[in-house]
Amino acid sequence: MSSETQKILSTDGIPLEESLKQAEKKNKIKAFLLVTPLLLFLIITYIIPIADMFSRSIDDKMVTNMLPKTYKAMEQWDGKELPPEEVFEAFYLDYKILVENKTAGRLQTQLNYEKNGFKSVLKKLARKQKKFEEGNYKEQIMKVHKRWRNVDYWRAIKRRAPAYTYSKYLKGVDMYSNEEGKIVQVSEDRRIHRILWSRTLEVAFFVTLFCFLMAYPIAHLLATLPMKYSNLLMICVLLPFWTSLLVRTASWMILLQQQGLVNDFFVWIGLVGDDNRPEMMYNKTGTYVAMTQILLPFMVLPLYSVMKTISPSLMRAGKSLGATPGVAFFKIYFPLTIPGIGAGCLLVFILAIGYYITPALVGGASGTLISNQIAYHMKSTLDWSFASAMGLMLLTGVLVIYWIYNKLVGVDNIKLG
Amino acid sequence: MALPKYTEPHYRIWHYFYLFICGCVFFFLIAPLFVIFPLSFNAEEFLVFTDGMMRLDPDAFSTRWYKDMIYGTKNPWGLAAKNSFIIAIFATIGSIILGTLAALGLSSRHMPYKVLIMATLISPMIVPLIISGVAIFFFMAKVGLAATHLGIILAHIILGTPFVVITVTATLSGFDHSITRAASSLGSNPFNTFMKITLPLILPGVISGGLFAFVTSFDEVVVVLFLAGLDNTTIPVQMWTGLREQLSPTILAVATCLIVLSILILVTAELLRRRSERLRGINR
Repeated sequence: MSSETQKILSTDGIPLEESLKQAEKKNKIKAFLLVTPLLLFLIITYIIPIADMFSRSIDDKMVTNMLPKTYKAMEQWDGKELPPEEVFEAFYLDYKILVENKTAGRLQTQLNYEKNGFKSVLKKLARKQKKFEEGNYKEQIMKVHKRWRNVDYWRAIKRRAPAYTYSKYLKGVDMYSNEEGKIVQVSEDRRIHRILWSRTLEVAFFVTLFCFLMAYPIAHLLATLPMKYSNLLMICVLLPFWTSLLVRTASWMILLQQQGLVNDFFVWIGLVGDDNRPEMMYNKTGTYVAMTQILLPFMVLPLYSVMKTISPSLMRAGKSLGATPGVAFFKIYFPLTIPGIGAGCLLVFILAIGYYITPALVGGASGTLISNQIAYHMKSTLDWSFASAMGLMLLTGVLVIYWIYNKLVGVDNIKLG
Repeated sequence: MALPKYTEPHYRIWHYFYLFICGCVFFFLIAPLFVIFPLSFNAEEFLVFTDGMMRLDPDAFSTRWYKDMIYGTKNPWGLAAKNSFIIAIFATIGSIILGTLAALGLSSRHMPYKVLIMATLISPMIVPLIISGVAIFFFMAKVGLAATHLGIILAHIILGTPFVVITVTATLSGFDHSITRAASSLGSNPFNTFMKITLPLILPGVISGGLFAFVTSFDEVVVVLFLAGLDNTTIPVQMWTGLREQLSPTILAVATCLIVLSILILVTAELLRRRSERLRGINR
């Protein structure tokens, strides 16, 4: 009996099991082929460029490529005393080519980052080395400037030997590796990035909190009202959701300006005097208010879609068993809404942490966030490797949050209203 | 939501307090949009409500900023609007085609590595825009597509597809696959089955995903700021520039037009959602 069941054949004479397996495989390939165009497109235009940001952020080949002979000669040098004649000769030859190609300026700038005062020393060498005679370069170079006798300057050159560096990441958290190669913090008055990181986290956290506190009651109202009223009120949530971000930011700029309606209202109710209207824009207040309003729909929609599924009879059952409305709410209703709270908070927090447009327009100097710094380095200082490094640090943060969320709540369904 | 007659007084107070809070939040959400509307008809150049406007004096209102928007000298809005629509339409078409195909594959139960692939496909939605902007800029600069329409369209396809993938997958989750099998058993080829059976049923999902993609592209500014040259500025970029330099009433006229557009989109999206629910037999 059992041997017969194994040999069931399909109509074309192949064993059924095999034929099913083939069909399965064919279906798998078919499904995969449908996804392939988008997957390939995204990998080429998006995923690889993001990965490429990493190589850009650690890339430090500029100096390495400018002084190839020097770094070859320096391999033997231990860095304790002045380097031997070969290093001096190699450096002279490398530098000569740079001066001839008129690219010495870049080397001067880069080495000046490593050691202050390098620029003038190199400039003097560029002038004097035209009259150099062949041989004994060590003597000749040291004669040009007494700093060439200082081993610190040679160490500074050697520090730039590796083609890769993590210094941009250190800079992102206001640290650098000093002349001895130790990682230290920058002086207190120059720690701007750490302030930005903590401000970004702070703004994202409070905006999420405010959004939650405001979204919960209205999502509850929308979910419990009869359809004909809730549809009408839903427009109040959906219209801002579909309206351009810049339009909403512009409206806040009008409302929050010193002669704006919000200030007019405060003066009218007598909260502030007409002559000392508070500055509510171009600072953190503006960022908070505008971002909360703009991100609020992203909190309401997931909360609403979860609350909609909670049967009202559960609360009635709780109450009929003797719970007060408060107890019934906290013991029954609230725990059931946690998936919605999780989804909304994740969405708002992740959006807030990378926000750029609104803080740039209403934030002023004290309300800008880390994204603004990234854009600044992309557009103004053109320090693209630093911008890449900061971007990747931000991305890592977002992915960690996403991962924690996935562990705690589970990302199975992102709903869009 | 009327309260039952037996409600105790302090719950009654609490209930009205709750309604009051909700009212405040709804006001906070919607009121800022309506400030723009009257101010765009301001006869003065200031962005405050003048005394004349408060008295509803007809002289205090004018359509000069709308005229300025359309006929103004050196006005950038015409070109920006043209670019915005071209880019958004092509980006939407691209997103719909790529996104719908991918969603069809993803909702097949034979799909291998589903979770990983889904995560990759919706990643542009999760990664902060500024990082997407930097990465896409590096790529487009490398292949020589920076400051071209094509480059911006491709960038917006990247940002728009996740929405199509999500909405179409959601529509397909209620899809009865036995219908397509029935079509095949009656001799229809897969392409025919898709065009005649599957597509009409998932069309509301496809269109609402397309709407998301359209709005994403039409409203997107961060990536365009990196990619755009002088010839391909869009409405959001122009607004961004305007808001940074000087807040002029012309911007408010543009903003009003955008609000009207978003009302149209909202109505379309809502109608589609209802139609989709009806087609999929979800009754509430």
